[in-house]
Amino acid sequence: MALEKPYADVPGTIIFDADMSRKGYHLNQFCMSLMKAENRAKFKADERAFLDQWPMNEEQKQGVLTRDYNRMMAAGGNIYFLAKIFSTDGISFQDAASTMTGMTVDEYKQMMLNGGRSIEGNRYKENSNNG
Amino acid sequence: MARITAGVTTSHVPAIGAALDNGRSADDYWKPVFAGYEFSKEWIKAEKPDVIFLVYNDHASAFSLDLIPTFAIGVGERYEPADEGWGRRPVPTVEGHPELAWHIAQSVIQSNFDLTMVNRMDVDHGLTVPLSLMFGQPDAWPCKVIPFAVNVVQYPPPSGRRCYELGKALRKAVESFDADLNVQIWGTGGMSHQLQGPRAGLINAEFDNQFLDRLINDAESLSHVPHIDYVREAGSEGIELVMWLIMRGALEDRVNCLHRFYHVPASNTAVGHLILENTGNRT
Repeated sequence: MALEKPYADVPGTIIFDADMSRKGYHLNQFCMSLMKAENRAKFKADERAFLDQWPMNEEQKQGVLTRDYNRMMAAGGNIYFLAKIFSTDGISFQDAASTMTGMTVDEYKQMMLNGGRSIEGNRYKENSNNG
Repeated sequence: MARITAGVTTSHVPAIGAALDNGRSADDYWKPVFAGYEFSKEWIKAEKPDVIFLVYNDHASAFSLDLIPTFAIGVGERYEPADEGWGRRPVPTVEGHPELAWHIAQSVIQSNFDLTMVNRMDVDHGLTVPLSLMFGQPDAWPCKVIPFAVNVVQYPPPSGRRCYELGKALRKAVESFDADLNVQIWGTGGMSHQLQGPRAGLINAEFDNQFLDRLINDAESLSHVPHIDYVREAGSEGIELVMWLIMRGALEDRVNCLHRFYHVPASNTAVGHLILENTGNRT
């Protein structure tokens, strides 16, 4: 019997569950390597060559190279692991988060100053039966 | 006998640590956040805890996907701040309390909570930002700290109920330690926030404030809230709030709320902060 996923109808959200963790193991472990300054330097010097040392699939590598965080998450990345990439880039968590929302950095910042994204209309996916 | 005198809850947003470390705490953006901790800093100076049992979550710093403990207690002598990708935070080394930590580990495991014991690990912003908020920027932290890491990164995290009951076992463990120690328990993380995907930036002030109300006065029923409610209502990272239930379980059923603070935003996150005092501990 398949495991239950009660969170599947939450919009715009990927829960890092067993399936995602299996899928993203090498991508996330690559991210962990960026906690060492010497690895950050090697990665910055030649991103492609550094990535090629990891048994990641091409989709994961392209996600990293293009800094497409939604793509990396869909490929099994976990946001706390992926945070090592934007920290290596010197980008804040807020700026990185904004890139996943389709908003500009400034629009996102302003939304947060205004109290954040409203929960209204954001509880269920549009096509779910509960919304 | 050691006793738990008070509980503290606070968010542990990394940008708060960065604001302090980079001298930006007086900026218009950050001023209201730090103002919410002015009372707390004075209070803790007077309280002088000997040990803080600090419940937090590791953010893929000490624990990668190679090893994912649900509950991990630090039993080591000391812990260095982790390099999370931008270098180590310029904060003091965290001094542990191995004797009490091992005592707690033994007691709690024999109460059927199967902890992982950790002698060596670095501690990330989840642990050091709360220390900075409460103690400012001293040359050394003024007390010992027992780090207690909870998995909220890999689904499934422990349930709120499990966390609450663990808190109760922790209290028994501390109270059976044969030394006169003033122990505080801190629960950190939260409040509502989502750091990922198109729904990033979610804040639910109504949920957060009800959570604060119920944590103070109605924790027993609050502990039954299921995982999905946190995710749906408070964002994918709002699940960190279950860690506050460990703190609450370790306190008495009735507590005095000495301080309450709520502020939006700090980076992507709603900041919540409580100081709760056991009613029976005043001599």
